[in-house]
Formats: sequence, structure tokens, C-alpha cells
Amino acid sequence: MLATLAALLLVAGLTAYAVLGGADFGTGVWDLTAGRGRRGERVRALLRTCMGPVWEANHVWLIFTLVVFWTSFPEAFASVMSTMYIPLFLAAAGIILRGSSYAFRVHTGGTRFENPTALAFGLASILTPFFLGTVVGGVASGRVPLGNAAGDPLTAWWNPTSVAVGILAVVTGAYLAAVFTAADARRLGEGDLAESFRIRALIAGVLAGAVALGALPVLHGDAPALFDGLVHGLGLVAVIASVVVGGATLWLVATRRASLARWTGAAAVAAIAVGWAVAQHPYLLPPDVTVADAAAPDATLWALMGAAVLFVAVVVPSLVLLYRLSLTGRLGHDLPPADDASAHA
Amino acid sequence: MDLIAARNLQGLSLGFHIILVCFGVAFPVFVLTMEGLWLRTGDDLYRRIARRWSKAMVILFAVGVVSGTILSFELGILWPGFMGKYGDVFGFAFGLEGTSFFVEAIFVAIYAYGWDRLSKRAHFLAGLPIPIAGLFGSLFVIAVNGWMNNPVGFTEVNGVVGDIQPLQALFNGFFWHELVHMLLAAFMVAGFMTASVYAVAMLRGRRDRLTRIALVVPLTIACLVAPVQLLVGDWAARTVVADQPVKLAAMEGLGRTQAYAPWHLGGWYSDGQVHGGIAIPDMLSLLTHHDPSAVVQGLDSVPPEDQPPVNVVRIAFQLMVIVGSGLALLAVIHLWTWWRRRRLITRRWFLLAIAAAGPGAIVALESGWVTTEVGRQPWIVYNLMRTSDAATRAGGIPVVWILLGVVYLGLAIGAVWALRRLAKSPPEPPLPGMAEAS
Repeated sequence: MLATLAALLLVAGLTAYAVLGGADFGTGVWDLTAGRGRRGERVRALLRTCMGPVWEANHVWLIFTLVVFWTSFPEAFASVMSTMYIPLFLAAAGIILRGSSYAFRVHTGGTRFENPTALAFGLASILTPFFLGTVVGGVASGRVPLGNAAGDPLTAWWNPTSVAVGILAVVTGAYLAAVFTAADARRLGEGDLAESFRIRALIAGVLAGAVALGALPVLHGDAPALFDGLVHGLGLVAVIASVVVGGATLWLVATRRASLARWTGAAAVAAIAVGWAVAQHPYLLPPDVTVADAAAPDATLWALMGAAVLFVAVVVPSLVLLYRLSLTGRLGHDLPPADDASAHA
Repeated sequence: MDLIAARNLQGLSLGFHIILVCFGVAFPVFVLTMEGLWLRTGDDLYRRIARRWSKAMVILFAVGVVSGTILSFELGILWPGFMGKYGDVFGFAFGLEGTSFFVEAIFVAIYAYGWDRLSKRAHFLAGLPIPIAGLFGSLFVIAVNGWMNNPVGFTEVNGVVGDIQPLQALFNGFFWHELVHMLLAAFMVAGFMTASVYAVAMLRGRRDRLTRIALVVPLTIACLVAPVQLLVGDWAARTVVADQPVKLAAMEGLGRTQAYAPWHLGGWYSDGQVHGGIAIPDMLSLLTHHDPSAVVQGLDSVPPEDQPPVNVVRIAFQLMVIVGSGLALLAVIHLWTWWRRRRLITRRWFLLAIAAAGPGAIVALESGWVTTEVGRQPWIVYNLMRTSDAATRAGGIPVVWILLGVVYLGLAIGAVWALRRLAKSPPEPPLPGMAEAS
């Protein structure tokens, strides 16, 4: 019971990261493809405007997930991390590159570092979610045995399921980023940019749906147990929910109801994450290790639940405040570029 | 080779992150002090300093989020034996740390992006949770480090961990002194470092009021802390004497267990004793037990395979003590003139000393952590688990170490470059209709 609660916390953290962190990575895709010239600059400025105040908070969900994982299921955590060291280090390098180029680019505008920084940011935004996705795919397809670096260092993450999940992580992120940005652009009164992000959202949405459904036959061949979980019972409910809500999002975007699409788009991606969790239940590391087997002793789990209550009491209201201030335009949309301080005031 | 690479990679990542932790804890206090002075006096100069510093705060926090994320990766990737066996004992502390980190990220964003858009009062209030969350965040991480030195709050029977008491593990015997020592260090590093940036500006001829205020406030805060740090250091050392005698023997290069133990400054340890350097008879017994005849445990009390690398630990420790004492001396000089004459010494030699104090504080910080971390070797969990048993069995770690080392170097260069560019940018403009008090 306690172990299941801890697993739910883990799934909640991963889902939040898939949606919020994913959308954040997605802005990198659009940043990379924004093009040159005045228009490209406007697109980039808009992306910074939307993500600036919230991006750090979005990425703390990853730390939340890792912490819950190692506290509740220490041995499974150690097994995943040590077996998956190659994609995780690549993701780590991507996180460093991305975070630092994001922080520094405010100050690199107009210098000879501008283009390399933008390129590093864009590439890291694609590679990081891809590699994190391959880790999830490797766990889900039962390629991580219990033990210190006990799995195959290469095939554990370089296999059909991993690659499919990796690609899915990138495209769902791009899709969410486009939906969110279209809504923000409309709120900010940037009509033409809202239109162009509406088109991006439609294209990415169709693509994300195609990748998600296209992954099913891949799983059928490569991870039959996971596939079974997704086409039966609650897993099937989650898959259908994702298809329906995802379709509704496309319709909302097409009919320019962007602020509503923000929520349904997030729900469609969340449903995929939840579907995966349901499909692999009761296993934490398929095919053998169950959630109950891997769980830490009760005293630890109780302490974690205490921390979780504190988290809900302190962090959730703070997050609500942050998003409310951000969505109502009460936060400056960007730090003014260092050279431009006088123009700002 | 893999173990050495893993330790070096972990050391590099921690050594990098700890500097940002200092700024995460102490720098928001400086920013809020400036904003508070603005709110109280209405002098726009304080607002301009606070606003400029809040940009630096965002850059440093962003880099800290990145390096903190990497650390949580590395705990699992490099030390699966440690995390797998003991993760559930101290994991609770990290759960609370994650909560603090979240709060910090949220309010840094609200504060930094809320200038001119939130009411003055609301903006100041939005800043208050930042240092509080920073303090709690470092508190919980320190708790884990304290636990590695003083593993309590569980039982271990035939290698199986049981009867876990998370709160007892959290408030272990090393928790309090490590926490206070680190918090004071944070204020010293951030304070001296900020002051040293403005001391360099003054040496280059910028002597305006903004530069002087931006120098004096962080300098004075750091100077209030530096002498206290010596006392806390003594407290920390005596806890080590009691609970980790081998680490203390390595710090002092004491080969043989003995009464009337001498203390050495400088020199090199080999074959069970310190060669060269200045020896003061009985001093080590006096320092550790406040009694010249006290017996001090030497390295020979444990077999060679249980001894840490003595010279690394000893040199790091002496470096920390020497630099720390120098900083305390600088602090006393500044505080004395400030108290008696209400002014900052602007002589060239003193500005040069302040300019050196920032990097010096970082050297003291790093060598302090080298002392306690290398001094705990060969144990990752003192007397319970060897670092070699904790390490990953995956190959290829040396390659990763080199690659990530290069990425870290790039990150450090980028951070310094961005901060310098921020420093060179034109000052914040005064608010319209607000003449600067002169």
C-alpha cells in the first residue's frame, strides 16, 4: 500500500516532467527552426518570453522524480542509473549545455557567440529528452536487471522500444510547446505569431499522434508484455483517453481556442505517461522486480510521505502563484538584455 | 582507474556546485539588504544595485540548477552500491532538499522577473523565501554528508540494513557543526567574492558612491562572519577528534599514537612522520584536547589500507586554516576602522587584499571540503562501506570523466563571461523623477 503510494508519487513526478519539462525542451525545437532575420528574432523572443519565468521550476520536476525514486526504491534506482550510464551522461551533458546557454544567451545577443549558443541550445533541447526517453523505454521493455551495472550498457537503451520512446518524448514536447506558445502569443496580442504557432501545433500534433500510435506495433514486436498492458484494461483506457483528448486538442487548436487547448494538450501527453505506468504495473523493473519487492522499509516510506505532504503544502501554492503571475503577465517577460537596459526602463 | 575517475568526476562536480551553493544561500541576502535599504531610505542607488545583482543571481542560480541536477544523476550512476544499500536511510533528507530547491526556483523567478511589475512590498516579500529555501536546501544536503561521516539511525546485521529511523539519521552527530561551518563559509565566499569584484573596479579608478556601497555591504557581512568561523572550525575539529580520529591524524600528519603530540606547520608526510616544516611540541595535544599531556590517536591505530592519503588531506587542511586566518585578520582590520572611523580603507594595499580575499575564500572552501571528503577515505560511509564497494561496475567512466570535465570547463567559462558582460553593461538607469542622492 505504502509502496504503491510511493510509486504513484514517482509517476506523478515523471508525468509533470514529461508535460512541463517536455514543453520546455520543445521550445528548443522551435527555437532551432525559427529561421533567420527579423521574423526569426521575433519567434525566439516570444519563446523566451513564454518560458523565461517558469523554466527553472519546470526542471526541478526531474530532481523531484530522481529523489522519490532513490528514496523509495533505492536498489532499483541504483540498477537503472548504473546500467543506463551512457544515455544518462549524454542527457546530463545536454542539460548542462542547455541550461547554461539559456542562462547566458540573454547576454550573448548581438555578440559573435549568439549563433553558437543558439545552436547548442537547440541541439541540446532535442538530444536531452531523446536520451531520457531511451532510458524509460529500456526500463519499460524489461532490459534493466537488478544489480550494479548488471544490464547491457548498449542494448539496454539502444533498442526499438527505447528509440520509439525517445522520439515520442521529443515530438510530444515540441507539440506541447507549440500549443502553449500559440496560447501565450494570443494573450500577448501577437496575432501573426499566434497563427504561425497554430500551424506548428497542428503539424506537431499530427506527428506526435502518429509517433504514439506508430510505437504500438514496435512494442508488439519488441516488448510484448508492455504492449499487452496497453491494449487491455486500464492501460487501454489511458491509450483511448490520450487519442480522444489529443484529437480534441487538434480541433481546439484548429478552431483557435488556444487557451483551452493548453489543458487538453497537457492531458493527452499525461495520459501516455500514465498509460505506460499502468501497463507495466505491478512491475517496477519488468520482467521480475515488482513495486512491492523494490520498496524501501516502511519507516522510510512514511518519512517520504511526510515530506510529500510538506511538498504539497508549500510547493503547490507557490507553483500556483508562479503560474498565475506568469499567465496574467505580472512577471517581466524577459530580463532585459544587458546592453539594452536603458531601452527597457 | 575507474574508481579514481569516478572520484575525480564526483569531486569536480561537487567542487563546482559548492561555489554556487554559497551564492545561492548568501547572495540573495545581499540583494534583499540592498532592496531593503532602498525601501527604507528611498535612495535610488540601492535599487539600482539590487536590480543589477538580481540579474547576477539569476545567472548563478541557473548554473546551480544545472550542476545540482548533474549531481543527483551522478549519485546513482557512479555510486550504485552506496545508493542501493543506504538510499532509504538518508533519502528522506533529499526529499526535503528537493522541496526547498523547488521553492527557491519558484521565488527566484518571481523576484527576478517581478521588478517594476509587482508592488514594492510584494516584490520584497517575494524575495524573502529565496535565502530561507537556500538555507534549508543546504541544511538537508549537509545532513547527508554528516551522515556519511557519522552513520546513525539504522542497524546493519550481516550486511542488511534495518530499523531505519530517518529523523535520527538526519540529525546525526556531524550535522550541526558541518551546517554552521558551511553556512558561515557561504557568507564568506559570496561576501568576499562580491567585494573583490568592486575592489578591482576601485583599483581601476572607479570610485563613485555606487562602487563603494556595493563593496562595503558584502565586505562587512563577510567580515562579521570570518572571525566566528575560526571558533566554529575549532568545534568541528574537536568533533573529528572524538569521532574520526584517523581523519584527524591525517589532517595533522600524526603517524604514531602519542601523548604530548607536536603540531607541524608545513612539511611533507612520509614513513610515519612529517619531514621539514616547523614543529611546536605538545601543541597538537593542546589544540585537540585542550591539554598538553593528552594522548592523540595516530594513523598507526588502523591498518594501512584503512588510512586516507595523508598529504592531500594535510595540505588541504593547512591551506584552509592559513587562508581562513588571513581572512579573519583582514576582517578585524576592516571592522576596526569601520567601527572607529566609519570609513572604508581605500589604500591600494587594502583594496588589493580585498581583491585577493574573494578567490582566497573559494580556496579555503574547496580545501575544507577536500579535507573532510578525502579524509574520510577509504570509506564512503565511515567504517561501514568502502568507496570501492560503492562504485559502479560499468566501464568507460574515465572517458565520461574527461568529456564531462570539458563540459564543466565550458560552463565555468560561460558563467564568468556572462557575469563580466553584465558588469560591463551600463548601470541601471535611475527611476524617472528620482534624483540620486549624493
